[in-house]
Amino acid sequence: MSRAYVPMTPEDRATMLATIGVASADALFADIPAAARGSNLDGLPPPLSEIELVAQMEALAAANTAGGRKATFRGGGAYERFIPAVVDEIIRRGEFLTAYTPYQAEASQGTLQAAFEFQSLIAALYGCEAANAGLYDGASALAEACLMACRLTRRDRLAVADSLNPRYLAVIKTYTEPLGIGLDVMAAAPALTEEHAAFVIQSPDYYGRITLASEETATAAHAAGALLVVSADPMSLGLLRPPGELGADIVVGEGQSLGLPLSFGGPYVGLFATRMEHVRQMPGRVVGQTVDAAGRRAFVLTLQAREQHIRRERASSNICTSEQLVALAVTVYLSCLGAGGLRHLARLIYDRAHYAAAAIDALPGWELAYPEAPFFCEFVVRCPRPVAAVNERLREQGIVGGLDVSAAGEPRLLLCVTETNTRAEIDCLVAALALIGEQRRSAAPAGKQR
Amino acid sequence: MTGALPPLLSELSRPGRVGCDLPASDVPSAALAAGLERGELALPELSQLEVVRHFTNLSQLNYSIDTTFFPLGSCTMKYNPRVNEHVARLPGLGDLHPLADDADRQGALRLMHELQRYLATIAGFDAVGLAPAAGAQGELTGLLMTRAYHASRGEGEQRRRVVTPDSAHGTNPATAAMAGYTLTEVPSDGDGDVDVEQLASRLGPDVAAFMLTMPNTLGLFERRIEEIVRLVHGCGALLYLDGANMNALLGQTSPGALGFDLMHFNLHKTFSTPHGGGGPGAGPVAVVAALAEFLPGPVVAETAGGALTLVEPPRSIGALSGFHGNFGVMLRAYAFIRALGGEGLAEVSEAAVINANYLLARLRGAYDVPFPRYCMHEALLSGRGQRRHDVRTLDIAKRLLDYGYYAPTIYFPLVVEEAMLIEPTESETKEAIDAFCEAMLAIAREAEATPELLREAPQATPVSRLDEATAARRPILGWQAGG
Amino acid sequence: MTAQANEVPEDLLYSSEHEWLRQEGDLARVGITAFAQDRLGDVVYVELPAPGTAVGFMAKLGEIESVKVASELFSPLTGEVVEVNAALEKEPELVNTDPYGAGWLLVVRLSDRSELEKLLTPAAYTTQIEREAGL
Repeated sequence: MSRAYVPMTPEDRATMLATIGVASADALFADIPAAARGSNLDGLPPPLSEIELVAQMEALAAANTAGGRKATFRGGGAYERFIPAVVDEIIRRGEFLTAYTPYQAEASQGTLQAAFEFQSLIAALYGCEAANAGLYDGASALAEACLMACRLTRRDRLAVADSLNPRYLAVIKTYTEPLGIGLDVMAAAPALTEEHAAFVIQSPDYYGRITLASEETATAAHAAGALLVVSADPMSLGLLRPPGELGADIVVGEGQSLGLPLSFGGPYVGLFATRMEHVRQMPGRVVGQTVDAAGRRAFVLTLQAREQHIRRERASSNICTSEQLVALAVTVYLSCLGAGGLRHLARLIYDRAHYAAAAIDALPGWELAYPEAPFFCEFVVRCPRPVAAVNERLREQGIVGGLDVSAAGEPRLLLCVTETNTRAEIDCLVAALALIGEQRRSAAPAGKQR
Repeated sequence: MTGALPPLLSELSRPGRVGCDLPASDVPSAALAAGLERGELALPELSQLEVVRHFTNLSQLNYSIDTTFFPLGSCTMKYNPRVNEHVARLPGLGDLHPLADDADRQGALRLMHELQRYLATIAGFDAVGLAPAAGAQGELTGLLMTRAYHASRGEGEQRRRVVTPDSAHGTNPATAAMAGYTLTEVPSDGDGDVDVEQLASRLGPDVAAFMLTMPNTLGLFERRIEEIVRLVHGCGALLYLDGANMNALLGQTSPGALGFDLMHFNLHKTFSTPHGGGGPGAGPVAVVAALAEFLPGPVVAETAGGALTLVEPPRSIGALSGFHGNFGVMLRAYAFIRALGGEGLAEVSEAAVINANYLLARLRGAYDVPFPRYCMHEALLSGRGQRRHDVRTLDIAKRLLDYGYYAPTIYFPLVVEEAMLIEPTESETKEAIDAFCEAMLAIAREAEATPELLREAPQATPVSRLDEATAARRPILGWQAGG
Repeated sequence: MTAQANEVPEDLLYSSEHEWLRQEGDLARVGITAFAQDRLGDVVYVELPAPGTAVGFMAKLGEIESVKVASELFSPLTGEVVEVNAALEKEPELVNTDPYGAGWLLVVRLSDRSELEKLLTPAAYTTQIEREAGL
């Protein structure tokens, strides 16, 4: 019997070997040195039938107890979101799921037009002139933006805000270090010099604060001949002024916010937008509009001379994916919501996050770490007890608490609120935190001083 | 400018429509400083049916594995099992937060831990890092580890060059540049192998690594691999395997047994995760023990108590992405490996190699075969014989679209004139391969009798040949720019 | 419409990298040959140094891209860039349609006339492209 994934029958095999003119398949592998020939796969488990495979995967899934069964207030770059059913229905269509990179444009117009629509949506959302078809994720997109800024300015130093997601900063280091690009990690008002290719910021930053609030940041960067590179949560831009409008030269972000499942950290998609004048230095796939031989509108991969398969060691990047299926999910998600839906959703998230923050700030023992800073959906609170202890107590209540961002010996918790957190859930969180605060006070009576 | 394609979303949009009903607010409205609030937001507004219909119509313009044989060489377009799509969405897997507490993510870590072990076994290496998000990022990882390794031995400054064959994937030289190396190319000899004498002359104490695809991009097993290993190691360099073509080797041999030091896998090729029209993929790296401490973070490790956790290797080259890599892709690859087991994977490579050689045997009379020897998992043909009818390989490829097939990889490898690289994979039946061969033979006859059919192809596709030059000269990249 | 690939005007000098040079007093106008544009195919973008930039003999001058190829341009002389063909920004196809006329690339101020002797005559360049075309 053949296998579901390997349909060759013994009869097929005999006929085919005869046509090839060999007695056995071994002859086809004869070039492999004898010393290295032979199966090395004895250490792998035996095959599973489909029914056994599903059971195995369900057992693994069941060991992940956090999934979907508790209220969660954890973000830090990946957010629990409501995803309209339409999104998954579309991306599971085999014509999208099992197609390849659209090199043969005539046989790939579905993927190409969808990618063109994606670029259009991302450019509009970020307030920029052009976007590419997608990069790996938000962190690597920011690293690629840094490299592009260095190419554009022919400089090899970057000024990076200290409030970047630390993991994003780590990825920038991985990408820039081998090229000898220097990093100056600095506070919000940077001392830019003519050595700097770019000022690199995140808004809202890792601690939730909206750091790009006016044109001043871009003006300061441009005065030093540097570019402004901004990493921005796209969901926040349903409410906030977009970085492109505030003078940013390259805007990147994590697409997960726009209709993607958490999926334990990936696959996600890196969003990347810039000015039209810079597109020939942009990394990644780009789809352009053109016409066919009959003059009809059609779409094609374009500006390919930037890419590795043509320019090889002089390419703008080695990347050859656009995380296309994930970008498609983003495209369907944004099409479903539209301008009205995205505005409504962003406002809902903002209002619920502020409702939560105000209620927690009012609790004895708890207070906002940055009470003056405007924020979107995440905020830092000072805790009366160590974060690990706080999260352990929340867990007992069926609540996934925030991330530990303790600083200077002070326990600090980064909390996140999304559209999946109802007012009732938020009230539960606040009640649980109140209890933790009271327990703390009864243990050591040193309440909040105000 | 109307035509065969559906309208754009922007053209379908009518203000006030929405495709998903959202909850009303249940909290008071919070203040927002005036300067922060967004003005214009130019996103299209459609009903839910319009959204579904739009994307369904778009999907039907695509060729895909689910609809047709997809003989794209070097891309391993095998069947993407549906059960893998099902299990990827199980509650607890699809919806797991990457920063969940260890106690809440033991199942995901178990899956990654086992996948690390399976890939190490398949590679014949000691350690695996799953973090790279794609083959190209896997290559970058491999070269950054190469740098770290040489630096740890005090040879970081000295070893500045990476060597590749001239037939290498474009990512190899592009990656070498991203990793801060200069590039040296080695020609192939007349039989399609690396020219070992030329390689010897290009190696030296300043070489960090030789990057080799195996089987090579011509679909051939490098017959002088033992000499190559000796030469590369003899100058203190590492031997890197571009694992794009692992589908030919599964269970037949391993990179470790052949003498390589490190490699990347393409999970979306060898292990059947869907290509999705161009991603997502994943490019895990596998390495010998001496390189394990440089792996990118995080890797899954067992704690003293037997629980699993994520750790950063001691001298890690650092982070590659926001979290732990493309878990959803790892999961599908894991399911593919479990479904087949060790014995099934060995059948995969054998069937893939038989299919490719069968296809080569059937087409040999009609098209030039640049290297007349048994191939591995993909067959290299050349359309140079058809040039006498003023027909190019591009025309042959476009005519295949009219026959309902996607085209092979064409004009790659660059070192072969009018190249056509055809990879049937293990997924196709003999009947499907026969039908494809009949189409190729019919096209060869058409090239002689009615070459204009080829030059004017495709005609059966939603659009005909495109004006790529104007697209690149005056780029229109979105609605705003004049769509 | 593209130029005839074998056209080699008699009044120009040539580099082995397929650039042409026309001496105009103290200045030299530079472009790529009809043979070169034919080999490249549809030119889509030309990247050139800004006026004021110093360029060296057979040093990298810029890049020229077609749909499928990206090639480096080399300067056939040492000097300072005086003028760049701005029309190519909007219409890079001029390099294909009129390589010796409207498709010129840039004008450079001559600094070392002896370099001109190192360039190829029309006859020598014709020999070179006949050899390359035969390959």
